[in-house]
Amino acid sequence: MSWDWNYTGEILPDLLSGLRITIAATLLGYVIALVLGLVWTLLQRTPSRAFNLAVHWVAEFIRSTPLLVQLAFVFFVLPGWGLTLSALTAGIIGLGVHYSTYTAEVYRAGIADVPRGQWEAATALNLPRRRVWRSVILPQAFRRVIPTLGNYLIAMFKDSPLLMGITVVELLNSAYQAGAKSLQLLEPLTVVAALFIIVSVVSSLIIRRLERRYATN
Amino acid sequence: MPPTDTTPEAPTPEEAPKTPLSKTPLPETAPSKTPLPHGDTPGIRFEKVVKRFGGNVVLRELDFTVAPGERVTLIGPSGSGKTTILRLLMTLEKVDDGVIWIGDRSLSHMERGGRRVPANEKHLHEMRKQVGMVFQQFNLFPNMNVLRNLTEGPVHVLGVSRDEAVERARGLLDMVGLADKIDAHPSQLSGGQQQRVAIARALAMQPKVLLLDEVTSALDPELVVGVQDLLRDIARQSDLTLLCVTHEMHFARDISDRVLMFDQGQIVEEGPPEQIFGDPAEQRTRDFLQAVLAT
Repeated sequence: MSWDWNYTGEILPDLLSGLRITIAATLLGYVIALVLGLVWTLLQRTPSRAFNLAVHWVAEFIRSTPLLVQLAFVFFVLPGWGLTLSALTAGIIGLGVHYSTYTAEVYRAGIADVPRGQWEAATALNLPRRRVWRSVILPQAFRRVIPTLGNYLIAMFKDSPLLMGITVVELLNSAYQAGAKSLQLLEPLTVVAALFIIVSVVSSLIIRRLERRYATN
Repeated sequence: MPPTDTTPEAPTPEEAPKTPLSKTPLPETAPSKTPLPHGDTPGIRFEKVVKRFGGNVVLRELDFTVAPGERVTLIGPSGSGKTTILRLLMTLEKVDDGVIWIGDRSLSHMERGGRRVPANEKHLHEMRKQVGMVFQQFNLFPNMNVLRNLTEGPVHVLGVSRDEAVERARGLLDMVGLADKIDAHPSQLSGGQQQRVAIARALAMQPKVLLLDEVTSALDPELVVGVQDLLRDIARQSDLTLLCVTHEMHFARDISDRVLMFDQGQIVEEGPPEQIFGDPAEQRTRDFLQAVLAT
């Protein structure tokens, strides 16, 4: 089996359009994961222990079940309950919700890492609770967890081929479709791997730069 | 002892022990107008206060009074409960029993339906307005510059306009000698500078009671004197009620009207600094002072 550059050139536009879908799904899912993760974390810090525990177990359930099962549930089961979503929307929501349970843990650790003296100084200044979170605790917690949150972006990106399972024509699916026509999978799959590496490496560099910029002294 | 419904009278200014040290005239160099609080200073009263951490009883039915405007230093070995007293006053800890009074209002309890119940957050918020605290580890907010460290509280707690808060912050930074560091972040400052900013931050809230918790213990020796001088000036130029925990006995002697010697959650001996440091009555105090002054 030898490498066919002409064939590679022919399939590249399809693969790049698949890559666009993959990146869009990852980024939009990541926004959901970042926002919803914080919601999970804060909902586990209410005065009601029973409520906190209930939220904890819901998040634990989502984290402990496979992403592919969740994607299938959102795309194939929810329409039966009257909620029909496009494959891409279902994929973005599935990815975002699944990873939000991981980012929630990251936030939790980041908040726990803020020194107790910061809470005490905020109390001594009599700052209202909401202000303490907004101005003192969360900004410091975010800075501490930027590297870990960045790693989850890359992990989400690498999990995005699972969206193929619910018919999203993302990068891997577009490679399969190209390969199915020509019965040649070497080039499409190699290009897919190369594109994944390129995007991952570039993302890592951006994250490292962000990490340096927001490093706590 | 069950709490009573009658409000105890706040200690009157006449009760404040007057020592020559407390009435030292202002130094010639003192600025004529300082942004320091004046007037309506409340006293403090601990009434059979008990504080436990697990099985460890830190304060045992502690009773003591601090008169309005009085400067009191708490000394004693580690674990004797000194810092716990400051933390209770700052509401960073809750009393297990007894009542703490600031002025004529209970800090730890509030009235509800004619009964005294543990204070809720609203009551604590109201009471905390009178109290400020400076910590051993400074605890400046590292994500904010010096100016924002000083304006965050006044703007969001006292409802002061941003312009006025900035003006007040400039005045305080001038007073602590750090006017040029207004835009710096805490990480760009030395320990001594950070502690000066922390003092300014506490004063920006215009407290009536200021708590100083071993404020020079974390500083390099050469920076200690500057911070102590600043606090001496503040003590002279304001009528703040001051509670200070320190291991620096010279500083305690200079700044205090009265010294309380603590051991195992109780007051062993109290008196004016001249007496406590010059002629302590209790053997425990003599042993402690000997140990501290030997280091």
